[in-house]
Amino acid sequence: MSTADERAGPDGTRGADIAIAVEGLTKSFGANVVVRDLTMQVRRGAIYGFLGPNGSGKTTTIRMLCGLLTPDAGRGTCLGYDIRTEGEKIRRHVGYMTQHFSLYKDLSVRENLEFVARVYGLPSPRRAARAAIERLGLDDRAEQLAGALSGGWKQRLALGACTLPNPKLLLLDEPTAGVDPKARREFWNEIHMLAAQGLTVLVSTHYMDEAERCHEIAYIAYGTLLAQGSVPEVIAASHLTTWTVSGPNLAGLAETLARRDGITMVAPFGTSLHVSGPDRDKVDAAIADLRADSALTWEPSEPSLEDVFIDLMSRGQGGRA
Amino acid sequence: MAGLVPAIHGVVACRSRNDVDARDKRGHDEPDGMEAAVMRGDGMVMALRRVGAMLIKEVLQLRRDRVSLATMITIPLMQLLLFGYAINTQPRNLPTAVLLQESSDIGRSILRAMENTRYFKIVREARDEQEFDHLLQSGAVLFGIEIPANFERDLRRGDRPALLVAADATDPVAAGSALAALTTLTRTALLWDRSIPESTPPPFEVRTHARYNPAAVSQLNIVPGLLGTILTLTMLIYTALAVTRETERGTMEALLAMPITPVEIMLGKIAPYVVIGFLQATLIIGAGVLLFAVPIFGDLVLLATLTTLFIATNLSVGYTFSTLAQNQLQAMQMSMMFFLPNLLLSGFLFPYAGMPDWAQVVGEALPLTHYLRIVRSIMLKGSTLADLHYDAIALVVLMLLAMTIAVRRFRRTLD
Repeated sequence: MSTADERAGPDGTRGADIAIAVEGLTKSFGANVVVRDLTMQVRRGAIYGFLGPNGSGKTTTIRMLCGLLTPDAGRGTCLGYDIRTEGEKIRRHVGYMTQHFSLYKDLSVRENLEFVARVYGLPSPRRAARAAIERLGLDDRAEQLAGALSGGWKQRLALGACTLPNPKLLLLDEPTAGVDPKARREFWNEIHMLAAQGLTVLVSTHYMDEAERCHEIAYIAYGTLLAQGSVPEVIAASHLTTWTVSGPNLAGLAETLARRDGITMVAPFGTSLHVSGPDRDKVDAAIADLRADSALTWEPSEPSLEDVFIDLMSRGQGGRA
Repeated sequence: MAGLVPAIHGVVACRSRNDVDARDKRGHDEPDGMEAAVMRGDGMVMALRRVGAMLIKEVLQLRRDRVSLATMITIPLMQLLLFGYAINTQPRNLPTAVLLQESSDIGRSILRAMENTRYFKIVREARDEQEFDHLLQSGAVLFGIEIPANFERDLRRGDRPALLVAADATDPVAAGSALAALTTLTRTALLWDRSIPESTPPPFEVRTHARYNPAAVSQLNIVPGLLGTILTLTMLIYTALAVTRETERGTMEALLAMPITPVEIMLGKIAPYVVIGFLQATLIIGAGVLLFAVPIFGDLVLLATLTTLFIATNLSVGYTFSTLAQNQLQAMQMSMMFFLPNLLLSGFLFPYAGMPDWAQVVGEALPLTHYLRIVRSIMLKGSTLADLHYDAIALVVLMLLAMTIAVRRFRRTLD
């Protein structure tokens, strides 16, 4: 799943296999720098996961990519069009699903889809809307007002509206927030199907399991891109040493461990703790006496993506403080 | 590996506490003590406290709403200033044209005397009957005075010649007091002119002709005026909410991400209301004709065309407010701020000609001023486009101006 080779082209920015290529993107609102010197590339046909805590600049980045915000600095292309000057052309080929439901709640499912089809100038809006309704399995709800749909159906409809004009790129801003697991799974199956047809998908999310369903991920915190690559690449690049420990009184143990030098993160996972630190020797030294405790079971383990992200975030924060 | 804890915001017992937003802050969900007290129902005190909580919240929100605060001060101030300075129910210096069929000292004396009443202000001298009629027909003047041929000779002979005063009585209020002042004129005008025989009855008579609304029926004036006023109010509000509604409902971002331009959005939003406005106008005119017997002397097609233009102008102004305001309430307040001078300075409630110059300048910038002239002229005077081209052009200019501001102000991005 590595894409390192494809990304290494000398002038890959306009290359046919690159959907998004931006460098040095910076955006601030007032004194608040929301996105800082962001450089990234997304290969055509890839599902690119955009991860990061709330307020980390994910939405701002997505808005800059589709021309809704003008970057203060930096440049780049989206589908080969300049994000600064060719917003009109980008809009024609991008489906953008906003974080909050942004279809007309007082229009029916069919009317909403027909509106989108008309704005994009599809030759037969009625037929396009009808086809989308069938594809989405919304037949029974076609005449229902969009505002009356449940969360899962709303999200489904929103995705349907985005894909209706046959875009080349989908920008999905936290599409599965507040959606139940079954609907989420169906949603991701749909995304993979679209990607298989050649659509590029950039999706922001909070969910680790969703991150692992992406071909490639980028982690952004405090406006800075901290890591990108495939999931194994990102984990490997973290150089994090992680131990899993289980036993009695884990809460007390967590507090003890958190105070120890060399350990940057202690996170409870069900009946065990994940204990991590960036320096293997220091971590080993820090837990040496506790490993002798026969009540505890220690196992070396690979850091989870979540471990990696929380580590990245705390380091990112430390670097800025 | 991962996936056990679904979100990044998992519990992290460590010095690198995940405190990105307020979600995991303490004190956020500690209901027990307080709530129990409320539950017990401590009666009035607690009720007052809750009222206080609501009050503080409202004041805080109000403080952040600059536009609302501004309207709280400007609306009463504007009303006061307009009523105090601009409005005059006994209008003076009304524009008057003269047609001199002979040039005589006596004629000039009479005209001077008329100007001395301060009701008439001679602004034009017509060359012939045709121009004289046109000046009245187009609304350029409210009065026309004709001094007939042989006026001085007949006067000296004691034949009591007639001075003709034609008044535009479409607005009975404007013409009323000036016409009343004319009755004393006959006795006083020539008091100081020598060699005019003193006589009772007076040496000449003033023959007034109240054109267009001879019986001074106020409905004839009010109904066309009301048409313009109602259209202004409804059209402004329809489109004032158009853009802010999208923003408030969260549909704006998606709309901006679609390949549709601000001009296209504007025209698409205005168009349906043009039809609605047209139906409204038809309803009002129909009711005016049926219930109040208001005549339509002019061309219906011209009336329909210029009414549509007026509707589109107001819709454009409302749409402009929509792009300036941050929410629907602000847009409504802006519309009200615009409607108020329309009501007071357009000549609907109070005679336009009686207003001071500055107020007339403001009035010229309001669509209703021009439409009132148009609709009254077409319905009551049978005026044609040739008489009304100035007001028609003014409406077009105001509409294009509003549209330009709207399109330029419309934020194509979320910056």
